[in-house]
Amino acid sequence: MARNLSMKDAINEALDLEMRRDPTVIIMGEDIAGGAGAQGEEDAWGGVLGVTKGLIGKYGANRVMDTPLSESAYIGAAVGAAACGLRPVAELMFLDFMGVCFDQIFNQAAKFKYMFGGKAQTPVVIRGMVGGGFRAAAQHSQMLTPLFTHIPGLKVVCPSNAYDAKGLLIQSIRDNDPVIFCEHKNLYASMADVPAESYTIPFGEAAIPREGKHVTIVAYGLMVHRALEAAETLSKEKIDVEVVDLRTLSPIDLDTIIESVEKTGHLVAVDEANPRCSIAADVIASVTEHAFKALKSAPKAITAPHTPVPFTPVLEDLYIPSAERIADAVRKQLK
Amino acid sequence: MSNNPFPLPKEKLLEAYTKMKTIREFEERLHVEFAKGDIPGFVHLYAGEEASGTGIMMHLEDKDRIASTHRGHGHCIAKGVEVEGMMAEIYGKVTGSCRGKGGSMHIADLSKGMMGANGILGAGAPLICGAALASKFRGDGGVGITFFGDGASNQGTVLESMNLAAVWNLPVIFVVENNGYAESTSIDYAVAVDSYIDRAAGFGIPGVTVDGTDFFAVYEAAGEIIKRAREGGGPAFLECKMVRFFGHFEGDAQTYRAKGENEENRANKDCLKIFRSKVAGAGVISEAEMNKIDDEVLARIEASVQKAKKDPLPTAKDLLTDVYVSY
Repeated sequence: MARNLSMKDAINEALDLEMRRDPTVIIMGEDIAGGAGAQGEEDAWGGVLGVTKGLIGKYGANRVMDTPLSESAYIGAAVGAAACGLRPVAELMFLDFMGVCFDQIFNQAAKFKYMFGGKAQTPVVIRGMVGGGFRAAAQHSQMLTPLFTHIPGLKVVCPSNAYDAKGLLIQSIRDNDPVIFCEHKNLYASMADVPAESYTIPFGEAAIPREGKHVTIVAYGLMVHRALEAAETLSKEKIDVEVVDLRTLSPIDLDTIIESVEKTGHLVAVDEANPRCSIAADVIASVTEHAFKALKSAPKAITAPHTPVPFTPVLEDLYIPSAERIADAVRKQLK
Repeated sequence: MSNNPFPLPKEKLLEAYTKMKTIREFEERLHVEFAKGDIPGFVHLYAGEEASGTGIMMHLEDKDRIASTHRGHGHCIAKGVEVEGMMAEIYGKVTGSCRGKGGSMHIADLSKGMMGANGILGAGAPLICGAALASKFRGDGGVGITFFGDGASNQGTVLESMNLAAVWNLPVIFVVENNGYAESTSIDYAVAVDSYIDRAAGFGIPGVTVDGTDFFAVYEAAGEIIKRAREGGGPAFLECKMVRFFGHFEGDAQTYRAKGENEENRANKDCLKIFRSKVAGAGVISEAEMNKIDDEVLARIEASVQKAKKDPLPTAKDLLTDVYVSY
């Protein structure tokens, strides 16, 4: 039975269902219950934005572990516990904090299997917030997906809606490789119909939330919504846009992208990340390499500028790709 | 053995000696082979430090896990990783412990509880907190030991992990193998406190310092804190003061050392000589018995080198395998 659920609640439900199903699933992070050791309420926060609220009441402090503010230590502990048979889901509140503990992810978790000759697996999920729009400034707003996607051994997921978030998170927890699960903070409140039961969405399968025949827009996360907004505007101008939602960045579903470009002949790749070595750049390079003949115009990347994320709303709104910028790019392609 | 004054029966003493001798000869031989140019990459030798890894590991079972360092060969051997696979790995062969894809700095065998040598200094400390957490979660009584040098003792990962292990009351032993040098930099320069015990106390963790060239000192100190951790008493810190017979890496000219330092270490701080003189002096193991072990060890190392040299190399298809479980 499907209910209208926010992405935040869908993520909570995915964690709940997997913890119920598999006793080796544990979750840890800073304030994921909140108030540990304090005089007031247990589960005071349930994560800074309440994503993990209620889980400590169901599964206890042995499986819902508040951590000291030590990202290297507890992310590394999650990685080590994964290599020893548990399935930890570690919350790194803002994935910008990856800078503090990246070694444990890219030099340790990502490499164990290869470096140890195949004799290790590390089924850990690192989940946390990405993206701008919260006026949270340069160190709490980044879209660092290209950084994670670059690393062999990591899988990178970035859902655009509540339905996908639930299915992809359940898949991430069951997956036997390390997964970076990127939750756009501006989508936590977005609503979708979400079945109550458990389901998975396989990695490497893009979705097509809007079919069209004139131009392909490839996007992920919040940018899917901007792309859909642009498509809606353009439909009034008789421009028929197809939107491809990547859902997972590593692995990436090149087949669906190429199939769409072969149909439309035009590609706009949208990315909230900075432009150099971005997902958009990667998509354009791959399409150019594998489907050059299908292109009727030069592909266009719409990304954030090569700057940190600014604080003040007027600048941040300029920083994040808008539906207008996307629509303009599409119009230029068809000229 | 009513006249055995040691805390281990003779057969265990023989096992410990065999391990230490195997480590020593493995490293001495690598020193020679590396100079010939047949071994690719970086090699960091553990010779001189054998009593530490062995003294600790004599208390461990397969369910107990260790996280090692870049100087990891000794930890591997002491934890039971097969010498032949290690040698083949160091030669980059497909028969190696990691199919030639890890090399000297990444030898691991999770089935033996060996979670990997590690090229990133201090990186093992968080990982072993996770291993210990898994043991605690299952209630299997397993402990985790993380080794690091005096150099890596200054890494934030080690210090954060000491706090985390104390906060979560994890069965973790933090072992600093203090050979006096972080690569070439003296501990007198790079570690601000005079005593690691004081540093451990700052984290609410009991600490003990032992002469790491004395197998029995290490064995007894480790036994006590490992037992305590197993029984739920939480983490502890162990400093083994020791010497490194070779340089930081093979090829290190060691010009930072005092004149005659290496000779002095070999003459008076050799943990194998010290062990031999103690057990032979007490009449528990004869020189002849140990000489026989020496011969067996040398033959095993020789065979492992010959085999490694002959073993097949990985092929192009191996480049792309084992990145993911599924992709």
